[in-house]
Order: sequence, then structure tokens, then C-alpha cells
Amino acid sequence: MAAAAPSAGHAGPAILNEVKPAELPRAVLVENNRSFTWITDKICGIIEGKTPTWWWVCFIVACFVASFTVAGLTYLVATGVGVWGHANPVNWAWDIVNFVFWIGIGHAGTLISAILCLLRQKWRTSINRAAEAMTIFAVVCAGIFPVFHVGRVWFAWYLFPIPNSNYIWQNFRSPLEWDVFAVSTYGTVSVLFWYVGLIPDLATLRDRFLASGNKLRSWIYGLFAMGWRGSNRHWSNYEMAYLILAGISTPLVLSVHTIVSFDFAVSLIPGWHTTIFPPYFVAGAIFSGFGMVLTLMLPLRGIYKLEDLITQYHIDCMCKITLATGTMVGYAYAMEFFIAWYSANPYEGFAFINRAFGPYAWAYWIMITCNVITPQFFWFKKVRQNTALVWVLSIFVNVGMWFERFVIIATSLARDFLPSSWGYYSPSIVEIFTFFGTFGVFSVLFLLFIRFLPIMPMAELKAVTPQADVHSGHDHHSS
Amino acid sequence: MAAQPHGLIATFDTVPDVYHAAEKVRDAGYKFWDCITPLPIHGLDKAMGVKRSSVPKFSLAGGIIGFATGMSMIWFMNAFDYPLVVGGKPYFSPMFAFPVSYELTILICAFATIGGMFFLNRLPMHYHPVLKHDNIHRAMDDRFFIVIEARDPKFDGARTRALLEKAGGKDIKELEA
Repeated sequence: MAAAAPSAGHAGPAILNEVKPAELPRAVLVENNRSFTWITDKICGIIEGKTPTWWWVCFIVACFVASFTVAGLTYLVATGVGVWGHANPVNWAWDIVNFVFWIGIGHAGTLISAILCLLRQKWRTSINRAAEAMTIFAVVCAGIFPVFHVGRVWFAWYLFPIPNSNYIWQNFRSPLEWDVFAVSTYGTVSVLFWYVGLIPDLATLRDRFLASGNKLRSWIYGLFAMGWRGSNRHWSNYEMAYLILAGISTPLVLSVHTIVSFDFAVSLIPGWHTTIFPPYFVAGAIFSGFGMVLTLMLPLRGIYKLEDLITQYHIDCMCKITLATGTMVGYAYAMEFFIAWYSANPYEGFAFINRAFGPYAWAYWIMITCNVITPQFFWFKKVRQNTALVWVLSIFVNVGMWFERFVIIATSLARDFLPSSWGYYSPSIVEIFTFFGTFGVFSVLFLLFIRFLPIMPMAELKAVTPQADVHSGHDHHSS
Repeated sequence: MAAQPHGLIATFDTVPDVYHAAEKVRDAGYKFWDCITPLPIHGLDKAMGVKRSSVPKFSLAGGIIGFATGMSMIWFMNAFDYPLVVGGKPYFSPMFAFPVSYELTILICAFATIGGMFFLNRLPMHYHPVLKHDNIHRAMDDRFFIVIEARDPKFDGARTRALLEKAGGKDIKELEA
């Protein structure tokens, strides 16, 4: 017992031993005091049960929607990039808009898994697996656009420093080349992080399928579980590796959208050439990502009756982050206007007046409504407690963030320095097909994920329950 | 004589049980033993006397290799092997080489961290005596186990069994190798 003598190990004034801090109420992360077995049965039950009818309906619809992307891309490759609506002066449009939109969606997944892990926000555990899956699938959708916008897609490998017959190397002075590395690193590290988190849960599934006699599935899960056996000596290294991955994913996620914003900020186009872009893009990415997490998790919570695991507290936290980042985005919009005026640069000033009142004013005001006004509803507890309303607002967030990218990209290009080269961009049907279909691609992947992989990290969930405390049920502390 | 068993395995029902039992086994001076738990238990490393993980060494090495690879690759490609003037910018500068080197730092560091974790854990190891225990599927669910291996110099069938019993272990069994 460390109570009596002030031992050498405990530095600090003796008075500290007598101070009894007030007990702060802590939100319960798993409601109804669920047992370890309940958590295992609940999460594994989703995979082991019969495939529900709604799943097949959603899957077939998602496949149909995804076929639009296939059709759009096939037509593009067979014909040429001219089938997209780009023309001088708007040479970048929906392809980069959609790319930035999808990459941004992914960022909440990494934020939840990495940054909230470092900040010891334990509520992340019940949503981090699905959010990380969302990240990976969003990066897949994002990757489609830069790869196909190069036109001759079979030369897309020229983006990577692989020796080729021209003996010429990539130009590392270009932010576009930085982007190649940022996005491919992001995709790879997200997959690795997700996989490391899955290993103990895959071992659970391996053992459960073996116990129920399904040898084939046990073998498949076992293959990926790497022979995990829950050894504490393994957990020790595992926890350290997980912490380091969280530690390096944090600067990674911040750098990825920073580098994406460099695609614009390093250029000279008015409205793009601003130093606010990196933080503003990162805040926007997290905002849109949390919108998507809410869009995905609220239906899952309802369908699978996960209210004990995704509690009102979790929804509150997500809504508050959406509110905070949405307000940051609103601040960035205001600051862009201020700087445009303060810089006294006529081109810069014009670019922003034109955004709000020019030919794309409709898009600008959709953006402002969805991104600045929508999240303000989350100030109210009544709103946060109304799951259906939160879901609807999360859709507005997704829409608003797509329009943000569109506004930034299209307005600045359509009205550059010389009025003689002004233009107006509208997408072609091929672009619309391709973009619409990516929602199907995303949904197909996500549906497969919820059918075959544990949607919540069981081991981590168990670790945040009161039973996981080594002193639970004991009044005394033995040392 | 029958083959030497892998060791003894005892079952525990709750986190505090296995935690306090681990302290006892540690204090008895065993070296080759392990706790099998379905979740990472906070503080169990100390109770077992497990040293701080060496994974960070792998991560650091990976990060340094990644950064050096990025910088030298860009210098080699843009300034040495095929120098090309683009926009009047220098052939090489650590400034423009930084973003890519930074990403490669993280990429190689991530691979090194995971590779280091697998290496230190001797995984993948799809066969292990512990996995043959009848009730081991509970180890991935809600039960806790302590395994003391027969190769431990202090291992002695009867005395080790008595220790596990005294520590509160139930259903103590021999594991075949």
C-alpha cells in the first residue's frame, strides 16, 4: 500500500495524497452494462447470421448505380477526355472536384482512428472501424478521377517514378506529383492501420467459425488473423504499434489535404493563390467526413440495434465536431473575403465578388447554406437527439462540401485575368454518370464490409467497458 | 516417456482475477509464461513484468530510411540522372523535395512499425499449442488464461499447478506441445 510513507517513487508534495478530487460524471460508452460476451455475440452475429433481405436489395441497387461509373469510364477510355465538359478556360472541373470531395470524406475516418486515439477519446472505439472502412473506400472512389483524367489511362503509371523508355523522370517540383505520393501513401497507410485493428477481431471470428464447424470461413479469417492468440506479450507490441500508427497517421491526414490544397494554392489563379488553403481544406475535409460518418452510422445503428454501443453520447460528440469544423469552414469563407479586400489586389477582389454574385452564385449560396448554416443547428440538444434530423442535416453537409470544391475550382477558372478568355462550364452527361456511379462503388464496398467484417472493434470496445479495469469490483488498490 | 507437454494453462473469469494472478506468477520468478486475453488490459504489462515494447526502434529506422529515400531519389532523378529546367526552378532543393520525402517517411515508417510488430510477436504463426486448448475460443471472447511453459527453468508440474491454483486459476490443464 502506498498510503503511509512518502516513498521515493512518488515525487510531489505530500498534500497531494490528501486531496480528493471531485468525482466527475463520465459518459458511459457501452450502455446497459453489457458483458464481453454480449459484445462478441452482437458484432459477430451480424456476420454469422443469414444475409438479410435489405442487404441484397441495397447491394443490387448499389451495383446498378456503380455500373454508371463503369459506363462513363468505358465511354471515356474508348473515346477520349473530350467527352467530359472541360474546355478552355475551365480545364479542371468535376474530375478534381470529385477527387477532392472523396478524399475529404475519407479524412474523418483517419481523424477518428488516429487523432482521437492520441487524444484518448474513448468514444471513438465504436465508430472507428466503420469510419476507417469509409476512408479506404472513399480513397478508392477518389483515385478513379485523377487516374482517368490523364486521358490515356494505360499510361497512368507514368505518375510513379518507374524507369520508362523515355529516360525522363517525374517533375518533383510540381504539387501534382506531391499529390501522387500523398494520396497513395494515405491509401496504403489507411489500409495498414485498418488491417492491424482487424487482426484480433479476425481471430475471434476464426475461433467462432471453428467452434460452429464452418471450417472454410474459419480458415479464411484465420489466414488474415495471422495466428493471433491474444497473448499479452503480443498485445504489448501490438498496442505500441497501434499507437505509433496513430501517431504517424495524424501528420499524414493533415498533410494529405494540405498537399491537395497545394494543387491550387501553389498556382497563380486568383481565388486559389492563398495561404489559408491548407488549414481550410483540412477543416473542410473533417467536416465532410463527419457528415458522411453520420450518414452511414445512423442507419447501421438503427438496423442492427446498436444503440448500446453507439449511444446518444457518441452522436452528440460527432455532431459537435461537425459543428466546430463547419464553423471553422464558415470562418475561412469570411476570412477569404477579408483578405481579398485587404490585399487590395483587384483580381483577388474580383474573384470573390464573382464567386458570390457571378454566374456561379447559385452554387456559392448552396455551399453557404449547407456548410455554414446547417451545422449551426447542432448547437441545440433537441436537434442532436433527433436521429432522423441529424441524418438529414448530415446529407446537407455532404452536398455542401461537394459544392465548396466546385465553387473554388469552377469560379476561379471561368473568370481569370482576361475577359476575352472567360467561359462557363457545365458537366457533360458522361461526367455526371461517372460521378453518380462512384456512390454505387462506395456503397458496394461498404455493404461487403458490413457483411463480412466486424463493423466495430470488439477488442477495443471491451477495453473501454468497466469490467476491463483491473481494479473493477475492488475497493482497495494493491500495488 | 510421453512427449514433454507445452505447459500448464489455467482459466480466469475476470480481468482483476487474471491481473492479480499475473502478479503472483511474476513474483514466483517465472520467465516463459504468458497471459491470453481477449482485450488489451491496461496495466497487465506491469503485472507481468513485460518490458516496454521495441516496436518504436523499427519505426524510427523506417522513418529515417523513408526520408533519406525521398530526398536522395528526388535529387537523383531531377538533379543528377536527367536534369531538366522547369520554370527556372533549381534542379534540387530540399524545399520542394520535402512533401514527397515527408510522405515516404510516413509510408516506410508504417511498414516498419507493422513489420516490426509481426517480427517481435513471431507472427504469422498459425500453429501454436495454446490454440489447441478446448476452450481457447473463449480467449477471443470473455475468458482469460495464464500459460506457464514447461521450458521455464522453474517449471515443475506439481508446484506450478499449485501456484496457479493458489492464484485463483480454474480448470488447470496440461497443454500438449
